[in-house]
Amino acid sequence: MEELRTMKNITKLAILAVGASIFAAPAIAQDPVNIVYIPKNTGNPYFDSLVAGFEDACKEINCTFSQAAPATAEATSQIPFITAQIQRGVDVIAISPNSPDALNQVLDRARSRGILVLAVNGDLVDNESHRDAAVLPVDFTKTGPGQVELLGSMIGYEGEIAILSATTDAPDQNVWIAAMEDSLENNPKYANMSLVATVYGDDEPQKSTTEAEALLQTYPNLRGIISPTTVGVAAAAQVIQSAGKADTVKLTGLGTPNQMRPFIKDGTVEAFQLWSPYNEGWLAAHFAVGVKAGEISNEVGGSFDVPKLGSVTILENNVMNTQPELTTFDSSNIDDFDF
Amino acid sequence: MSRFFNELLHRREAGIFLMIVLIAIVVGFIEPRFISVETLRITALAIPLILIAAMGQMMVLVARHVDLSIGSILAFSSIVAGMIFRDMPELPVIVGVLVAIALGAALGLFNGVLVVLFRLPSIIVTLGTLSLFRGFVFLVSGARQVDPQFIPRSLIQMSQTSPIFGIPWLVIIAFVVAFVTYLFLDHTRLGRQIYALGSNPVAAPLRGINVVRVTLLVFSLSGALAGLAGVMYASRFGYVNPGITGVGFEFTVIAAVVVGGVSINGGVGTVLGTVLGVLLLGMVSVALPILGVSAFWQDVFNGAVIVLALLIDRTVRERSIRAMAEARSTA
Repeated sequence: MEELRTMKNITKLAILAVGASIFAAPAIAQDPVNIVYIPKNTGNPYFDSLVAGFEDACKEINCTFSQAAPATAEATSQIPFITAQIQRGVDVIAISPNSPDALNQVLDRARSRGILVLAVNGDLVDNESHRDAAVLPVDFTKTGPGQVELLGSMIGYEGEIAILSATTDAPDQNVWIAAMEDSLENNPKYANMSLVATVYGDDEPQKSTTEAEALLQTYPNLRGIISPTTVGVAAAAQVIQSAGKADTVKLTGLGTPNQMRPFIKDGTVEAFQLWSPYNEGWLAAHFAVGVKAGEISNEVGGSFDVPKLGSVTILENNVMNTQPELTTFDSSNIDDFDF
Repeated sequence: MSRFFNELLHRREAGIFLMIVLIAIVVGFIEPRFISVETLRITALAIPLILIAAMGQMMVLVARHVDLSIGSILAFSSIVAGMIFRDMPELPVIVGVLVAIALGAALGLFNGVLVVLFRLPSIIVTLGTLSLFRGFVFLVSGARQVDPQFIPRSLIQMSQTSPIFGIPWLVIIAFVVAFVTYLFLDHTRLGRQIYALGSNPVAAPLRGINVVRVTLLVFSLSGALAGLAGVMYASRFGYVNPGITGVGFEFTVIAAVVVGGVSINGGVGTVLGTVLGVLLLGMVSVALPILGVSAFWQDVFNGAVIVLALLIDRTVRERSIRAMAEARSTA
């Protein structure tokens, strides 16, 4: 009996000690900044490259890095992961949000605990006040027009085109699509290009494939497809390759070099675009450590130096970009990239 | 009596068939381009994976069980086959195919053992292994996808080239699987025992049926077929991603099987009905984008077709039972 009570007391003490250490941890300045990154979902090769950027940065500067991700990229699937990281007591949560608004409350809770919240790779569009800053690869207002221009150059700026997107509520996708529509409507250069359909493959291979096939059938005069999502552009490439229509239907979009390599090699796709996800992780880690150490002030208009990237300026809405323009991949340069 | 049952089964399948024709006519009326060889090709290519796995799921349902883990089994077989193609390119493609089927069968057997050994409901067991096997997928692959450049050309061409009438190999394989399933279920003793077990699990052992053996068999077959679907996935989509491969696959397959008239209460279901159920849902999935139905409405229509098909099936069945009762009372 007596032994049992002692055991209980020891347990109580242990719990108290653990509790105290959790509260004490953030107070010591020299501790490495504890960064967690929550990608959209696991097993996405795109985010592997972004993670590598974080990892390499934390080998050189004062931070420790971990990642946690849901299995599927649903609007709410990240919430339990954010909650768990708040309880773990991390210093920085970097997240590629699956929804522009579903995460508002839980991110607010993180920030009220003093956690620096960074949107990485995709922003909380119209909900920017729920994160501290955003690290985006390029000025996303350039993505849509960039894609339209690339496809236009392939089809002689003439003919019917279609968009194959991911899910209907993907925030970054919708921003790009809106910008594509705007360019097509307002830029006289694209006056002879008409957008006949915008369809959604839900970033699911079978659905994306069926949607791409339906596009080819429904619009026999279709000249081009833009698919600004890695799953969609790969599915559309496979469809065009199977149908032997590479000469009549041009495809471009946002894809990773490893995913698109065979289609570039066999001529199914002439060129597609992306940026360096690696640099996003690299920049986000440097920014987070700088802010936590008090060396960078997170204020619009401010700038700081990041090794390899040079001077980075904090733009409107506390957004930072890793590169000025999209990178275009084609047969001439695709072998220089491995991600 | 057996002739009457025969007729009854035929009538039930006729209901699904009628619905397929009806939908084709309506869609063709709205969008004439739908009635074309091209639509047939797109539909044919949208269903093989579902059809292959549906054959396994159908046997499991007939035995009065359910297998919710097939999406994860598909993914596991697919990623391991993909890793073999990537890391051991010197091995012939058939090795990857056989390993995928064997692994699927092993995971299916694992499901069966849990069900038999611990007398757990299969819905609970396979709900658990749905998650467990997905975990295996991430563990074995290190959460990295197998990129397109590593999938053998010859495997991808199975989805693109055809030995006869322009029908791709993939589609032919799926229908061969369905035909073999039909022969097994309708023309072997073991096949009939699956129906007997599902119709009355209590009486089955009294009729000399080895319940353990039949149960293990249906889960292993379901797993093996999901494994085959896994390697076909690599062929069809040209890469294997641990996170998205086969997610939600079980729902598509179970919906198709149930629409095809297979009872979730066991004992009832045919290969022909299942094939028609898969065709019906496959056709709807192709028709909606061709009609230009907005993404918001596609789920609604998909769900409505499933519910409608079940209602028609139910009505037809009840009418048959009533007719049967009347026939008995007059006789």
